[in-house]
Amino acid sequence: MSPRAAQLQAFLDRTPFARFIGMEFTADGDKLIARLPFQEKFIGNRAINALHGGATGAFLELTAVAQVYLQSDLQRPPKPINLTIDYLRSAKGEDLYARAIVHKLGRRMASVRAEAWQGDHPEKIVTALQAHFLVAEDG
Amino acid sequence: MSEENERQDMMLNLMQQNAQRIMSTVPWAQALGFELTGIEKGRAFAKVGWREDLVGDPDTGVIYGGVLTALLDNLSGVCINTALNKPMSMATLDLRIDYMRPADKGRDILAEAECYHITRNVAFTHAWAYHESRDKVIATAAGTFALNDISRWASGNAAMDIANKMLGGEK
Repeated sequence: MSPRAAQLQAFLDRTPFARFIGMEFTADGDKLIARLPFQEKFIGNRAINALHGGATGAFLELTAVAQVYLQSDLQRPPKPINLTIDYLRSAKGEDLYARAIVHKLGRRMASVRAEAWQGDHPEKIVTALQAHFLVAEDG
Repeated sequence: MSEENERQDMMLNLMQQNAQRIMSTVPWAQALGFELTGIEKGRAFAKVGWREDLVGDPDTGVIYGGVLTALLDNLSGVCINTALNKPMSMATLDLRIDYMRPADKGRDILAEAECYHITRNVAFTHAWAYHESRDKVIATAAGTFALNDISRWASGNAAMDIANKMLGGEK
């Protein structure tokens, strides 16, 4: 694990919400793949065994935060300004995976897209997120 | 009063009578401690208490933004239910959240959602999260939801299922 990835791991370890959802990640250089091991509490609709959009969304937001953090030298995690979540398919009650692309990392703002998938189908996006973050250390 | 209005009032009454069951049957809403505090025609109100394990910034104790996203998403869905004249199930198409200011450590977060337009296939919502009043919001949400016939999709919403049984649903 690179020193920066270790810092990211330390950040997730001391962030209560990251522990609450149990997010994990692997890093290949500065590219991250996040994993959300399934838990019963993520369900939004029991009748069709679907994850709650709010659970998928929270995971994608954290994935975006983690990717910005991993590829920058920020001391503090970026703060979300706004985000748009597209629900493309119903997410099943099983593990979720996500990756994020930082389209722009400026001095104050970052623009990020994150995508989640399930199983062995990274091309079949279930939920996508587009977000802006404040990255200024004095923000 | 038209038949349509009557059905809408019946739906709203059923929702109000079963308000406690609406969020309590959604595991993720339960896990985050969401509490539905009121429903009116086209509007819904909820509360989430501050909790240590929901903190997103360990240095400040501010609740993680994703908790607000989930709250506003869920509440937006509920407020659509109160505006329908027949039980339907819904799926979020997209949700846009703006974070205006961080939530204060240790304080309850209140939320309200409004369904301002419904077509045959889509419902449009606005929602707000705040501590005291909408004058000083923590976050706002704009959502669009796809409406589906409940006979083809399970609603996952206890009050909707009850309404569907009582009103006979729509085939």
